[in-house]
Amino acid sequence: MQLLLDNIHTYKSFGAKAILIEWKAIIEEAILKDILEFKDKINSQKSESYLDYSIGYNSLTIIFKDIILDFNKEVEKLKLIYTLNSTIKPVQNFLWDIPVCYDLEFGIDLEEMSQSLNLEILEIIKIHTESIYTVFFIGFLPGFLYLGGLNSKLFFDRKPNPRLNVEVGSVGIGGEQTGVYPVNSAGGWNILGRTPIIFFDLEVSNPCFAKAGDQIKFSVITKKEFLELEILVSKKSYQLFKTVIND
Amino acid sequence: MIKVLKSGFYTTIQDKGRVGFASLGVPVSGVMDSYASDMANSVLNNSLEAAVVEIYSGSCEFQFLCATFICVSGGDFSLKLNKQAIGLNKKISVSKNDILSFGKANYGARCYLAVAGGIQSEVKLNSRSFYKGITQDIFLQRGMEIAISEVTKSQLVSNASIKVNALHFSSQTIKCYKGPEFEQLHAAQQKELFEKFFSISKDINRMGYRLNETIPNTLTSILTSAVLPGTVQLTPSGKLIILMRDCPVTGGYPRVLQLPEEAINCIAQKATSSQFQFVLEDL
Repeated sequence: MQLLLDNIHTYKSFGAKAILIEWKAIIEEAILKDILEFKDKINSQKSESYLDYSIGYNSLTIIFKDIILDFNKEVEKLKLIYTLNSTIKPVQNFLWDIPVCYDLEFGIDLEEMSQSLNLEILEIIKIHTESIYTVFFIGFLPGFLYLGGLNSKLFFDRKPNPRLNVEVGSVGIGGEQTGVYPVNSAGGWNILGRTPIIFFDLEVSNPCFAKAGDQIKFSVITKKEFLELEILVSKKSYQLFKTVIND
Repeated sequence: MIKVLKSGFYTTIQDKGRVGFASLGVPVSGVMDSYASDMANSVLNNSLEAAVVEIYSGSCEFQFLCATFICVSGGDFSLKLNKQAIGLNKKISVSKNDILSFGKANYGARCYLAVAGGIQSEVKLNSRSFYKGITQDIFLQRGMEIAISEVTKSQLVSNASIKVNALHFSSQTIKCYKGPEFEQLHAAQQKELFEKFFSISKDINRMGYRLNETIPNTLTSILTSAVLPGTVQLTPSGKLIILMRDCPVTGGYPRVLQLPEEAINCIAQKATSSQFQFVLEDL
Protein backbone atom coordinates (compact mmCIF):
# COMPACT_ATOMS: atom_id res chain seq x y z
CA MET A 1 0.00 0.00 0.00
CA GLN A 2 1.27 3.39 -0.86
CA LEU A 3 0.75 6.20 1.51
CA LEU A 4 -1.25 8.46 1.23
CA LEU A 5 -0.17 12.04 1.71
CA ASP A 6 -0.75 12.49 -2.01
CA ASN A 7 -4.21 10.98 -1.70
CA ILE A 8 -5.61 13.37 0.89
CA HIS A 9 -8.39 15.44 -0.64
CA THR A 10 -11.16 17.77 0.44
CA TYR A 11 -14.64 18.55 -0.84
CA LYS A 12 -16.04 22.02 -1.56
CA SER A 13 -19.31 23.13 -3.03
CA PHE A 14 -18.87 24.94 -6.35
CA GLY A 15 -22.15 26.69 -7.09
CA ALA A 16 -25.45 24.88 -6.82
CA LYS A 17 -24.65 22.07 -9.26
CA ALA A 18 -21.01 21.10 -8.77
CA ILE A 19 -18.66 19.67 -6.17
CA LEU A 20 -14.97 20.49 -6.32
CA ILE A 21 -12.59 17.87 -4.95
CA GLU A 22 -9.10 19.22 -4.28
CA TRP A 23 -5.76 17.57 -3.58
CA LYS A 24 -2.58 19.24 -2.34
CA ALA A 25 -1.67 22.18 -4.60
CA ILE A 26 1.32 20.67 -6.34
CA ILE A 27 1.85 19.19 -9.82
CA GLU A 28 2.51 15.56 -9.07
CA GLU A 29 1.88 12.35 -10.99
CA ALA A 30 0.77 10.47 -7.88
CA ILE A 31 -2.02 13.02 -7.48
CA LEU A 32 -3.00 12.68 -11.14
CA LYS A 33 -3.16 8.90 -10.67
CA ASP A 34 -5.43 9.26 -7.64
CA ILE A 35 -7.69 11.70 -9.50
CA LEU A 36 -7.98 9.40 -12.53
CA GLU A 37 -8.75 6.35 -10.40
CA PHE A 38 -11.41 8.29 -8.52
CA LYS A 39 -12.87 9.54 -11.81
CA ASP A 40 -13.03 5.97 -13.18
CA LYS A 41 -14.78 4.74 -10.04
CA ILE A 42 -17.32 7.56 -10.31
CA ASN A 43 -17.91 6.77 -14.00
CA SER A 44 -18.37 3.09 -13.22
CA GLN A 45 -21.32 3.98 -11.00
CA LYS A 46 -23.19 5.03 -14.15
CA SER A 47 -25.15 7.37 -11.93
CA GLU A 48 -27.62 9.67 -13.62
CA SER A 49 -26.90 12.37 -11.04
CA TYR A 50 -23.46 13.08 -12.49
CA LEU A 51 -23.51 14.97 -15.77
CA ASP A 52 -19.85 15.64 -16.43
CA TYR A 53 -16.46 15.97 -14.79
CA SER A 54 -13.51 18.29 -15.24
CA ILE A 55 -9.92 17.57 -14.21
CA GLY A 56 -7.29 20.09 -13.10
CA TYR A 57 -3.71 19.56 -11.87
CA ASN A 58 -4.92 18.92 -8.33
CA SER A 59 -8.68 18.83 -8.69
CA LEU A 60 -11.66 16.87 -9.90
CA THR A 61 -14.92 18.75 -10.37
CA ILE A 62 -18.13 16.75 -10.56
CA ILE A 63 -20.94 18.52 -12.37
CA PHE A 64 -24.41 17.40 -11.31
CA LYS A 65 -27.49 17.14 -13.46
CA ASP A 66 -29.71 18.82 -10.89
CA ILE A 67 -29.27 21.28 -8.06
CA ILE A 68 -27.54 19.61 -5.12
CA LEU A 69 -30.07 19.57 -2.29
CA ASP A 70 -27.92 18.00 0.39
CA PHE A 71 -24.20 18.72 -0.05
CA ASN A 72 -23.08 16.58 2.88
CA LYS A 73 -25.04 13.59 1.66
CA GLU A 74 -23.52 13.86 -1.82
CA VAL A 75 -20.03 14.15 -0.30
CA GLU A 76 -20.66 11.01 1.76
CA LYS A 77 -21.65 9.18 -1.42
CA LEU A 78 -18.48 10.32 -3.18
CA LYS A 79 -16.34 9.36 -0.19
CA LEU A 80 -17.84 5.90 -0.30
CA ILE A 81 -17.13 5.62 -4.04
CA TYR A 82 -13.51 6.68 -3.38
CA THR A 83 -13.01 3.83 -0.92
CA LEU A 84 -14.43 1.19 -3.25
CA ASN A 85 -11.89 -1.41 -4.16
CA SER A 86 -11.45 -0.84 -7.82
CA THR A 87 -12.48 -3.92 -9.73
CA ILE A 88 -12.80 -2.01 -12.95
CA LYS A 89 -10.15 -2.53 -15.55
CA PRO A 90 -7.91 0.51 -15.60
CA VAL A 91 -8.19 2.62 -18.74
CA GLN A 92 -5.32 1.88 -21.12
CA ASN A 93 -2.87 4.75 -21.42
CA PHE A 94 -0.51 5.39 -24.33
CA LEU A 95 2.74 7.16 -25.08
CA TRP A 96 2.21 9.21 -28.25
CA ASP A 97 5.02 10.18 -30.56
CA ILE A 98 4.42 13.68 -31.91
CA PRO A 99 6.56 14.74 -34.89
CA VAL A 100 7.65 18.39 -34.63
CA CYS A 101 9.51 20.54 -37.13
CA TYR A 102 11.78 22.94 -35.20
CA ASP A 103 12.69 24.88 -38.36
CA LEU A 104 13.14 28.61 -37.65
CA GLU A 105 10.25 29.34 -39.99
CA PHE A 106 7.96 27.64 -37.46
CA GLY A 107 10.03 28.07 -34.29
CA ILE A 108 9.68 31.82 -34.35
CA ASP A 109 10.88 32.32 -30.76
CA LEU A 110 13.81 29.89 -30.84
CA GLU A 111 16.40 32.61 -31.47
CA GLU A 112 15.16 34.81 -28.63
CA MET A 113 15.00 31.83 -26.26
CA SER A 114 18.48 30.75 -27.29
CA GLN A 115 19.88 34.16 -26.37
CA SER A 116 18.00 34.57 -23.11
CA LEU A 117 18.60 31.02 -21.91
CA ASN A 118 22.18 31.03 -23.16
CA LEU A 119 21.59 27.71 -24.89
CA GLU A 120 22.30 26.76 -28.50
CA ILE A 121 19.10 26.26 -30.51
CA LEU A 122 20.12 22.64 -31.09
CA GLU A 123 20.51 22.21 -27.34
CA ILE A 124 16.99 23.58 -26.73
CA ILE A 125 15.59 21.13 -29.29
CA LYS A 126 17.57 18.27 -27.75
CA ILE A 127 16.26 19.02 -24.25
CA HIS A 128 12.68 19.49 -25.48
CA THR A 129 12.65 16.16 -27.33
CA GLU A 130 14.41 14.19 -24.58
CA SER A 131 11.64 14.44 -21.98
CA ILE A 132 8.53 12.34 -21.77
CA TYR A 133 5.58 14.56 -20.86
CA THR A 134 2.50 13.49 -18.95
CA VAL A 135 -0.96 14.68 -20.01
CA PHE A 136 -2.52 16.02 -16.80
CA PHE A 137 -5.77 17.20 -18.36
CA ILE A 138 -7.28 18.98 -21.36
CA GLY A 139 -8.48 22.55 -20.96
CA PHE A 140 -8.26 26.16 -22.22
CA LEU A 141 -9.28 25.12 -25.76
CA PRO A 142 -10.75 21.89 -27.18
CA GLY A 143 -7.80 19.50 -27.46
CA PHE A 144 -5.27 21.66 -25.57
CA LEU A 145 -3.19 19.25 -23.47
CA TYR A 146 -1.76 20.42 -20.17
CA LEU A 147 1.61 18.66 -20.03
CA GLY A 148 3.85 18.13 -17.03
CA GLY A 149 7.52 17.26 -17.20
CA LEU A 150 9.26 20.19 -18.90
CA ASN A 151 12.98 20.32 -18.10
CA SER A 152 13.56 23.35 -15.85
CA LYS A 153 16.37 24.51 -18.16
CA LEU A 154 13.63 25.46 -20.64
CA PHE A 155 11.33 27.34 -18.23
CA PHE A 156 10.60 30.61 -20.02
CA ASP A 157 8.07 33.33 -19.14
CA ARG A 158 5.08 33.93 -21.35
CA LYS A 159 5.30 36.90 -23.71
CA PRO A 160 4.29 40.18 -22.04
CA ASN A 161 2.00 40.87 -25.02
CA PRO A 162 0.27 37.77 -26.35
CA ARG A 163 0.23 37.30 -30.13
CA LEU A 164 -3.18 37.83 -31.70
CA ASN A 165 -2.80 34.67 -33.72
CA VAL A 166 -0.68 31.61 -33.08
CA GLU A 167 -0.89 29.04 -35.90
CA VAL A 168 -2.55 25.68 -35.29
CA GLY A 169 0.02 22.99 -34.42
CA SER A 170 2.46 25.47 -32.87
CA VAL A 171 4.52 23.91 -30.06
CA GLY A 172 5.29 26.37 -27.31
CA ILE A 173 6.61 26.99 -23.83
CA GLY A 174 4.74 29.14 -21.30
CA GLY A 175 6.42 29.41 -17.93
CA GLU A 176 6.93 25.89 -16.64
CA GLN A 177 4.65 24.25 -19.20
CA THR A 178 4.93 23.09 -22.78
CA GLY A 179 2.08 22.33 -25.16
CA VAL A 180 0.58 22.41 -28.64
CA TYR A 181 -2.02 24.90 -29.94
CA PRO A 182 -4.91 22.73 -31.25
CA VAL A 183 -6.46 25.59 -33.27
CA ASN A 184 -5.41 29.05 -34.42
CA SER A 185 -5.67 31.13 -31.29
CA ALA A 186 -4.40 34.20 -29.52
CA GLY A 187 -1.63 33.14 -27.18
CA GLY A 188 1.39 34.22 -25.17
CA TRP A 189 3.56 31.14 -25.29
CA ASN A 190 7.01 31.10 -26.88
CA ILE A 191 6.92 29.06 -30.08
CA LEU A 192 9.61 26.43 -30.74
CA GLY A 193 8.19 24.59 -33.73
CA ARG A 194 5.13 23.14 -35.35
CA THR A 195 3.51 19.71 -35.67
CA PRO A 196 1.28 18.63 -38.57
CA ILE A 197 -0.69 16.43 -36.15
CA ILE A 198 -4.28 17.47 -35.47
CA PHE A 199 -5.14 17.51 -31.76
CA PHE A 200 -8.87 18.09 -32.13
CA ASP A 201 -10.76 16.56 -35.04
CA LEU A 202 -14.54 16.24 -35.04
CA GLU A 203 -14.48 14.02 -38.13
CA VAL A 204 -13.22 11.09 -36.08
CA SER A 205 -15.19 9.35 -33.37
CA ASN A 206 -12.77 10.37 -30.62
CA PRO A 207 -11.99 14.04 -31.37
CA CYS A 208 -8.82 14.12 -29.25
CA PHE A 209 -6.56 11.05 -29.42
CA ALA A 210 -4.90 11.79 -26.09
CA LYS A 211 -6.44 11.80 -22.62
CA ALA A 212 -5.42 12.58 -19.07
CA GLY A 213 -2.82 10.03 -17.95
CA ASP A 214 -1.33 9.52 -21.42
CA GLN A 215 2.21 10.58 -22.28
CA ILE A 216 3.69 12.62 -25.11
CA LYS A 217 7.13 12.58 -26.67
CA PHE A 218 8.20 15.07 -29.32
CA SER A 219 10.51 13.93 -32.12
CA VAL A 220 12.33 16.07 -34.66
CA ILE A 221 11.28 16.09 -38.31
CA THR A 222 12.64 18.17 -41.19
CA LYS A 223 10.66 20.80 -43.07
CA LYS A 224 10.35 18.35 -45.99
CA GLU A 225 8.96 15.63 -43.71
CA PHE A 226 6.59 18.16 -42.16
CA LEU A 227 5.13 19.02 -45.56
CA GLU A 228 4.77 15.35 -46.48
CA LEU A 229 3.12 14.50 -43.17
CA GLU A 230 0.80 17.48 -43.47
CA ILE A 231 -0.59 16.00 -46.70
CA LEU A 232 -0.96 12.53 -45.18
CA VAL A 233 -2.72 14.00 -42.13
CA SER A 234 -5.13 15.97 -44.31
CA LYS A 235 -5.96 12.76 -46.21
CA LYS A 236 -6.44 11.00 -42.86
CA SER A 237 -3.90 8.41 -43.91
CA TYR A 238 -1.35 9.07 -41.18
CA GLN A 239 -1.29 6.79 -38.15
CA LEU A 240 0.25 8.28 -35.04
CA PHE A 241 2.92 6.11 -33.49
CA LYS A 242 1.87 5.01 -30.01
CA THR A 243 3.06 2.54 -27.39
CA VAL A 244 1.15 1.16 -24.46
CA ILE A 245 2.39 2.46 -21.13
CA ASN A 246 3.11 -0.43 -18.83
CA ASP A 247 2.07 0.47 -15.37
CA MET B 1 -35.84 27.57 -44.35
CA ILE B 2 -35.19 31.04 -43.00
CA LYS B 3 -33.00 33.30 -45.11
CA VAL B 4 -30.68 35.80 -43.42
CA LEU B 5 -31.16 39.16 -45.15
CA LYS B 6 -29.15 41.19 -42.60
CA SER B 7 -26.98 39.40 -40.10
CA GLY B 8 -26.47 41.96 -37.34
CA PHE B 9 -23.42 41.50 -35.13
CA TYR B 10 -22.62 38.12 -33.61
CA THR B 11 -26.00 36.54 -34.31
CA THR B 12 -25.69 32.82 -33.53
CA ILE B 13 -27.67 29.61 -33.23
CA GLN B 14 -27.76 28.23 -29.69
CA ASP B 15 -29.41 25.48 -27.71
CA LYS B 16 -28.62 24.34 -24.17
CA GLY B 17 -25.03 23.56 -25.17
CA ARG B 18 -22.58 20.65 -25.04
CA VAL B 19 -22.59 18.65 -21.89
CA GLY B 20 -20.23 15.77 -21.22
CA PHE B 21 -17.18 16.97 -23.15
CA ALA B 22 -15.31 18.97 -20.50
CA SER B 23 -12.60 16.28 -20.43
CA LEU B 24 -11.84 17.15 -24.08
CA GLY B 25 -11.64 20.85 -23.22
CA VAL B 26 -14.93 21.62 -24.97
CA PRO B 27 -16.87 24.58 -23.49
CA VAL B 28 -20.54 24.21 -22.62
CA SER B 29 -21.75 27.13 -24.80
CA GLY B 30 -25.52 27.48 -25.25
CA VAL B 31 -28.00 30.34 -24.87
CA MET B 32 -26.67 33.23 -22.78
CA ASP B 33 -30.12 33.85 -21.26
CA SER B 34 -31.90 30.52 -20.75
CA TYR B 35 -34.82 32.25 -19.02
CA ALA B 36 -35.66 34.07 -22.25
CA SER B 37 -35.01 31.14 -24.59
CA ASP B 38 -37.11 28.84 -22.39
CA MET B 39 -39.94 31.32 -22.62
CA ALA B 40 -39.79 31.50 -26.42
CA ASN B 41 -39.69 27.71 -26.72
CA SER B 42 -42.47 27.24 -24.16
CA VAL B 43 -44.85 29.55 -25.99
CA LEU B 44 -44.42 27.33 -29.08
CA ASN B 45 -44.71 24.09 -27.12
CA ASN B 46 -41.13 23.25 -28.19
CA SER B 47 -38.72 21.23 -26.10
CA LEU B 48 -36.68 23.60 -23.92
CA GLU B 49 -33.62 22.09 -25.58
CA ALA B 50 -34.76 23.26 -29.04
CA ALA B 51 -32.27 25.48 -30.85
CA VAL B 52 -33.05 29.19 -31.26
CA VAL B 53 -31.42 32.18 -32.93
CA GLU B 54 -29.62 34.39 -30.41
CA ILE B 55 -29.73 38.02 -31.48
CA TYR B 56 -27.22 40.28 -29.78
CA SER B 57 -27.03 43.61 -31.50
CA GLY B 58 -30.35 43.94 -33.29
CA SER B 59 -30.19 45.29 -36.86
CA CYS B 60 -30.91 41.93 -38.41
CA GLU B 61 -33.54 40.76 -40.84
CA PHE B 62 -34.84 37.33 -41.76
CA GLN B 63 -37.12 36.11 -44.52
CA PHE B 64 -39.22 33.00 -44.04
CA LEU B 65 -39.16 30.68 -47.03
CA CYS B 66 -42.07 28.66 -45.63
CA ALA B 67 -44.98 29.24 -43.28
CA THR B 68 -44.41 28.54 -39.60
CA PHE B 69 -44.98 29.86 -36.09
CA ILE B 70 -42.44 31.92 -34.21
CA CYS B 71 -41.96 33.50 -30.82
CA VAL B 72 -39.39 36.11 -29.83
CA SER B 73 -38.42 36.54 -26.16
CA GLY B 74 -35.79 38.44 -24.21
CA GLY B 75 -34.73 42.04 -24.88
CA ASP B 76 -36.98 44.37 -26.85
CA PHE B 77 -35.37 45.10 -30.24
CA SER B 78 -38.25 47.00 -31.93
CA LEU B 79 -39.47 43.79 -33.49
CA LYS B 80 -41.37 44.06 -36.80
CA LEU B 81 -43.06 41.59 -39.12
CA ASN B 82 -43.44 43.03 -42.63
CA LYS B 83 -42.76 46.49 -41.12
CA GLN B 84 -45.62 46.14 -38.60
CA ALA B 85 -44.63 46.19 -34.93
CA ILE B 86 -45.30 42.88 -33.20
CA GLY B 87 -45.09 41.79 -29.58
CA LEU B 88 -42.66 39.67 -27.63
CA ASN B 89 -43.47 36.36 -25.91
CA LYS B 90 -46.35 35.61 -28.26
CA LYS B 91 -46.95 32.87 -30.71
CA ILE B 92 -47.02 34.52 -34.11
CA SER B 93 -48.02 32.96 -37.39
CA VAL B 94 -45.72 33.80 -40.30
CA SER B 95 -46.37 33.13 -43.96
CA LYS B 96 -44.02 32.34 -46.79
CA ASN B 97 -41.88 35.39 -47.74
CA ASP B 98 -42.69 37.32 -44.55
CA ILE B 99 -39.84 39.48 -43.30
CA LEU B 100 -38.97 39.70 -39.60
CA SER B 101 -36.72 42.55 -38.54
CA PHE B 102 -34.93 43.51 -35.35
CA GLY B 103 -34.03 47.15 -34.77
CA LYS B 104 -32.52 49.04 -31.87
CA ALA B 105 -32.71 47.75 -28.31
CA ASN B 106 -35.29 49.44 -26.07
CA TYR B 107 -34.32 47.23 -23.16
CA GLY B 108 -32.21 44.11 -22.66
CA ALA B 109 -29.06 43.04 -24.47
CA ARG B 110 -30.15 40.00 -26.46
CA CYS B 111 -33.27 38.23 -27.63
CA TYR B 112 -34.22 34.84 -28.98
CA LEU B 113 -36.09 33.82 -32.09
CA ALA B 114 -37.72 30.43 -31.65
CA VAL B 115 -39.57 28.62 -34.45
CA ALA B 116 -42.04 25.78 -34.14
CA GLY B 117 -40.09 22.54 -33.85
CA GLY B 118 -36.79 24.36 -33.37
CA ILE B 119 -33.91 25.38 -35.65
CA GLN B 120 -32.47 22.34 -37.45
CA SER B 121 -28.83 23.32 -38.04
CA GLU B 122 -25.96 20.81 -37.86
CA VAL B 123 -25.41 18.95 -34.59
CA LYS B 124 -21.81 18.68 -33.38
CA LEU B 125 -21.06 16.87 -30.10
CA ASN B 126 -24.77 16.68 -29.26
CA SER B 127 -25.44 20.38 -29.73
CA ARG B 128 -26.25 22.94 -32.41
CA SER B 129 -24.63 25.80 -30.47
CA PHE B 130 -22.16 27.74 -32.61
CA TYR B 131 -18.58 27.58 -31.40
CA LYS B 132 -15.37 28.26 -33.28
CA GLY B 133 -13.56 25.04 -34.16
CA ILE B 134 -16.62 22.91 -33.48
CA THR B 135 -19.42 24.10 -35.75
CA GLN B 136 -18.72 25.09 -39.30
CA ASP B 137 -20.33 28.52 -38.82
CA ILE B 138 -19.51 30.75 -35.89
CA PHE B 139 -22.09 33.44 -36.58
CA LEU B 140 -24.88 33.98 -39.07
CA GLN B 141 -24.03 35.84 -42.24
CA ARG B 142 -26.10 37.49 -44.93
CA GLY B 143 -27.43 35.04 -47.48
CA MET B 144 -27.29 31.98 -45.23
CA GLU B 145 -30.34 29.77 -45.07
CA ILE B 146 -31.29 28.25 -41.74
CA ALA B 147 -33.12 24.94 -41.75
CA ILE B 148 -36.34 24.69 -39.73
CA SER B 149 -38.77 21.83 -39.31
CA GLU B 150 -42.07 21.54 -41.10
CA VAL B 151 -45.02 22.62 -38.99
CA THR B 152 -47.48 19.88 -38.19
CA LYS B 153 -51.20 20.48 -37.97
CA SER B 154 -51.30 19.79 -34.26
CA GLN B 155 -49.23 22.88 -33.65
CA LEU B 156 -51.71 25.10 -35.41
CA VAL B 157 -53.46 26.06 -32.19
CA SER B 158 -54.39 29.45 -30.83
CA ASN B 159 -51.99 32.06 -29.49
CA ALA B 160 -50.45 31.67 -26.09
CA SER B 161 -48.68 34.46 -24.28
CA ILE B 162 -46.67 34.54 -21.06
CA LYS B 163 -45.97 37.32 -18.61
CA VAL B 164 -42.31 38.28 -18.19
CA ASN B 165 -40.69 39.22 -14.91
CA ALA B 166 -39.58 42.82 -15.55
CA LEU B 167 -36.91 42.50 -12.86
CA HIS B 168 -35.11 40.09 -15.15
CA PHE B 169 -33.98 43.13 -17.15
CA SER B 170 -33.81 45.86 -14.53
CA SER B 171 -32.64 44.18 -11.33
CA GLN B 172 -29.51 45.69 -9.80
CA THR B 173 -28.92 42.80 -7.49
CA ILE B 174 -27.09 39.73 -8.74
CA LYS B 175 -27.41 36.62 -6.61
CA CYS B 176 -24.21 34.70 -5.99
CA TYR B 177 -22.62 31.98 -3.89
CA LYS B 178 -19.13 31.87 -2.44
CA GLY B 179 -16.62 30.62 -4.98
CA PRO B 180 -13.96 28.01 -4.15
CA GLU B 181 -11.33 30.66 -3.27
CA PHE B 182 -13.71 33.10 -1.53
CA GLU B 183 -12.46 32.27 1.96
CA GLN B 184 -8.92 33.23 0.96
CA LEU B 185 -10.02 36.87 0.70
CA HIS B 186 -9.57 39.09 3.76
CA ALA B 187 -12.68 40.27 5.55
CA ALA B 188 -12.21 43.75 4.08
CA GLN B 189 -12.01 42.38 0.54
CA GLN B 190 -15.09 40.24 1.10
CA LYS B 191 -16.97 43.25 2.41
CA GLU B 192 -16.00 45.32 -0.60
CA LEU B 193 -17.28 42.62 -2.95
CA PHE B 194 -20.77 43.05 -1.56
CA GLU B 195 -20.82 46.76 -0.78
CA LYS B 196 -19.48 48.10 -4.01
CA PHE B 197 -21.55 48.76 -7.11
CA PHE B 198 -19.92 47.08 -10.08
CA SER B 199 -20.44 48.07 -13.70
CA ILE B 200 -20.11 46.15 -16.92
CA SER B 201 -17.14 47.19 -19.06
CA LYS B 202 -16.90 47.38 -22.86
CA ASP B 203 -14.97 44.13 -22.79
CA ILE B 204 -17.86 41.67 -22.98
CA ASN B 205 -18.57 38.65 -25.13
CA ARG B 206 -20.05 35.17 -24.93
CA MET B 207 -16.94 34.00 -23.09
CA GLY B 208 -16.97 36.52 -20.27
CA TYR B 209 -17.96 39.94 -18.93
CA ARG B 210 -15.15 42.05 -17.52
CA LEU B 211 -16.22 44.54 -14.84
CA ASN B 212 -14.79 48.07 -14.55
CA GLU B 213 -14.10 48.38 -10.82
CA THR B 214 -11.21 46.83 -8.96
CA ILE B 215 -10.90 45.34 -5.53
CA PRO B 216 -7.51 45.01 -3.85
CA ASN B 217 -6.12 41.62 -4.83
CA THR B 218 -3.68 39.79 -2.60
CA LEU B 219 -4.41 36.32 -3.95
CA THR B 220 -1.98 34.49 -6.19
CA SER B 221 -3.01 32.36 -9.14
CA ILE B 222 -4.25 28.85 -8.45
CA LEU B 223 -3.10 25.65 -10.14
CA THR B 224 -5.28 25.41 -13.23
CA SER B 225 -8.65 23.98 -12.20
CA ALA B 226 -12.27 23.85 -13.38
CA VAL B 227 -14.27 26.98 -14.11
CA LEU B 228 -17.97 27.06 -15.00
CA PRO B 229 -20.31 29.52 -16.64
CA GLY B 230 -21.06 31.98 -13.82
CA THR B 231 -17.67 31.67 -12.14
CA VAL B 232 -16.38 35.12 -11.08
CA GLN B 233 -12.59 35.31 -11.36
CA LEU B 234 -10.38 37.86 -9.62
CA THR B 235 -7.58 38.84 -12.03
CA PRO B 236 -4.12 40.05 -10.92
CA SER B 237 -5.12 43.68 -11.68
CA GLY B 238 -8.00 43.41 -9.18
CA LYS B 239 -10.66 43.43 -11.88
CA LEU B 240 -13.38 40.82 -11.89
CA ILE B 241 -14.44 38.68 -14.85
CA ILE B 242 -17.82 36.96 -14.87
CA LEU B 243 -17.37 33.88 -17.05
CA MET B 244 -20.26 33.26 -19.42
CA ARG B 245 -21.44 30.34 -21.59
CA ASP B 246 -18.48 30.03 -23.98
CA CYS B 247 -15.87 30.10 -21.20
CA PRO B 248 -13.04 27.56 -21.27
CA VAL B 249 -13.40 24.52 -19.00
CA THR B 250 -10.39 25.44 -16.85
CA GLY B 251 -8.72 28.60 -15.58
CA GLY B 252 -5.99 29.79 -13.26
CA TYR B 253 -7.41 32.93 -11.60
CA PRO B 254 -8.94 32.64 -8.12
CA ARG B 255 -12.68 31.87 -8.28
CA VAL B 256 -14.17 34.23 -5.72
CA LEU B 257 -17.89 33.93 -6.52
CA GLN B 258 -20.22 31.62 -8.40
CA LEU B 259 -23.43 32.88 -9.99
CA PRO B 260 -26.46 30.60 -10.23
CA GLU B 261 -28.27 30.09 -13.53
CA GLU B 262 -30.80 32.90 -12.96
CA ALA B 263 -28.02 35.42 -12.21
CA ILE B 264 -26.10 34.44 -15.36
CA ASN B 265 -29.33 35.06 -17.29
CA CYS B 266 -29.69 38.53 -15.70
CA ILE B 267 -26.10 39.46 -16.54
CA ALA B 268 -26.67 38.30 -20.13
CA GLN B 269 -29.30 41.05 -20.48
CA LYS B 270 -27.06 43.85 -19.15
CA ALA B 271 -25.22 46.24 -21.43
CA THR B 272 -21.94 48.11 -20.99
CA SER B 273 -21.99 50.48 -17.96
CA SER B 274 -25.03 48.83 -16.31
CA GLN B 275 -24.53 48.78 -12.57
CA PHE B 276 -25.31 46.12 -10.03
CA GLN B 277 -24.37 44.68 -6.65
CA PHE B 278 -23.52 41.11 -5.75
CA VAL B 279 -25.77 39.66 -3.06
CA LEU B 280 -24.51 36.60 -1.25
CA GLU B 281 -26.82 33.63 -0.82
CA ASP B 282 -26.20 30.55 1.24
CA LEU B 283 -26.04 27.26 -0.54
